[in-house]
Amino acid sequence: MSKISLKNLSHSYLNSQVNKEDWALRNVNIDWNDGGAYALLGPSGCGKTTLLNIISGLLNPTEGQILFNDQDVTNKNPVERNIAQIFQFPVIYDTMTVFDNLAFPLKNRGISEQEIKNKVEEIAEMLELTSTLHNRASGLTADGKQKISLGRGLVRSDVNVIMFDEPLTVIDPHLKWILRSKLKELHQKINRTMIYVTHDQTEALTFADQVVVMHEAEIVQIGTPVELFEKPRHTFVGHFIGSPGMNILPCKIDNGAISINGNKIETKIDIKDKSFSKTEVGIRPEFIEFNESGLPVKIIKVSNTGRHKIIDTESESGKIKVIAKSSTNIPTGSAFLNFKKDYTYVYGDNWIIE
Amino acid sequence: MNKTVNQKAWLFVIPVFVLVAFNAIIPLMTVVNYAFQETFGNNVFMWEGTRWFKQILLSDRFHAALGRQILFTLIILFIQIPLGIFIALTMPKEGIGVSVCLVLMSMPLLIPWNVVGAMWNIFALPDIGFLGHSLNALGFDYNFTQQSGDAWFTTVLMDVWHWTSLVVLLSYAGLRSIQPAYYQAAEIDGASRWSVFRHIELPKMKKVLTIAILLRFMDSFMIYTEPFVLTGGGPGNATAFLSIDLVKMALGQFDLGPAAAMSLIYFFIVLTVCWVFYNLMMKNEGQS
Repeated sequence: MSKISLKNLSHSYLNSQVNKEDWALRNVNIDWNDGGAYALLGPSGCGKTTLLNIISGLLNPTEGQILFNDQDVTNKNPVERNIAQIFQFPVIYDTMTVFDNLAFPLKNRGISEQEIKNKVEEIAEMLELTSTLHNRASGLTADGKQKISLGRGLVRSDVNVIMFDEPLTVIDPHLKWILRSKLKELHQKINRTMIYVTHDQTEALTFADQVVVMHEAEIVQIGTPVELFEKPRHTFVGHFIGSPGMNILPCKIDNGAISINGNKIETKIDIKDKSFSKTEVGIRPEFIEFNESGLPVKIIKVSNTGRHKIIDTESESGKIKVIAKSSTNIPTGSAFLNFKKDYTYVYGDNWIIE
Repeated sequence: MNKTVNQKAWLFVIPVFVLVAFNAIIPLMTVVNYAFQETFGNNVFMWEGTRWFKQILLSDRFHAALGRQILFTLIILFIQIPLGIFIALTMPKEGIGVSVCLVLMSMPLLIPWNVVGAMWNIFALPDIGFLGHSLNALGFDYNFTQQSGDAWFTTVLMDVWHWTSLVVLLSYAGLRSIQPAYYQAAEIDGASRWSVFRHIELPKMKKVLTIAILLRFMDSFMIYTEPFVLTGGGPGNATAFLSIDLVKMALGQFDLGPAAAMSLIYFFIVLTVCWVFYNLMMKNEGQS
């Protein structure tokens, strides 16, 4: 068990790097605290798996350092780092029984028969594999196989970190839910650092205490689910998290006063003396209200989801989505919108201005 | 649901039936016909029942040829399969080397059988052949035309040269289809190189290896052209494998009846071995 720190980590799969796009990972700095439940969230191709493989030692970073408890492990292999990793597709050893599959990582490390037996039985119990323990692993269903993969990751009690690379992709939706709760439960039981890679925000937000959001090879925000929702530090986080995502509207900053298309917007931010090539206002649909005056919009569509209404409106600066209680009376035709001051943020070149 | 009955549909089967009849059924039935009769030419046939079968099955000549054949097939399988897997494992996995290796590997497979035989005949000639001459120069008493041990050595070497590539290509295809995650998981599990081979690569290659062994078994068990050109079955009968012996009997001695019976027995052996082997290999496949 240990704290894992990544320092100035960059990685490229190419031999020479000219453009920003040549990097699969750009200048990543992050500390993973011992025993934390982390999710690594981002769209496909943003560098999540690359980051994971660098932590596990399957990949050597082009630049930067990996520290386990302040010890440099950058050049160490996965065995020396003592980590566990579970992959997207179930990896099982076809010729072995379920028991032998689970025992394999222990056998390779020369652990005694008795200890292996105890450990494997404990893990099998936890994952409900006891009844099939002596069957051939190749005969199992996809989720049974993935449970074996999970089991092989969990069977060693001394690993520094357990990493999951979208482990539930091949699992049926209803089993997904069960396995995910199982993981959460396991985390509480064994209290080991876990990093869970996913592109599904629900998965990330339900599993993790801290969510790391990645976008185009960079980490854009690290925070609790609430922080990501209430205060996105990058327009991408605003878009990606929440359903529907944050409204992002181009704005003008004139001597500290913020306006959208001539309509003044109130915020808590002081942004004098800063200049950007692009400035935008971000506001979540949950924090917009209809009012007698404010930003003029046209109502385009109202959809009722049962719990709330989602209203599509069109302003002169672009579309704005609003979420209102089901009981709210929605004006027809044209209306005025008010943004809640505490949740209105201004982004300069996509990054939050504070 | 009502199915329309239209007997005209049988007409569509005719072309394939004619094709199969001419290239398989009629020739095979002719052989069956010969196997039960005696002829002295002029299209006169006499019924002989199972006489030829008994004669072949009890003949020392057939036993010897079958023994040589089995020995030859076993030797080349035991060399080609492990060697093929080994070469496939050492082949590059990416870059220009892949194409270079694949082309080099395919080369022997593209050469016509009789050319292979002729090449190796000249290559191995003790006086002027590169192989034969070099071996003699190194002090070995090598002459494949006169010493049966040397003839076997040369025939086996030729077959290994000609056909190992097939095993390599099949194994390589099998290896390339293994997801990288398997290797990564094994690395994390701390598996040794041998474990990776034993528990990942070998099981994943099972299907292609089954095909490779079957193909190599059939081809080597029915080998004719290359040893015919290389040694002609000699010296003496040392390399007279089943098909060489069969041709000698059928065309050399014109013993059509016994030769036909031998063909059928030969055919039956190949069929049985393939069937048994395939079923054994695929026994557990249904579950996974």
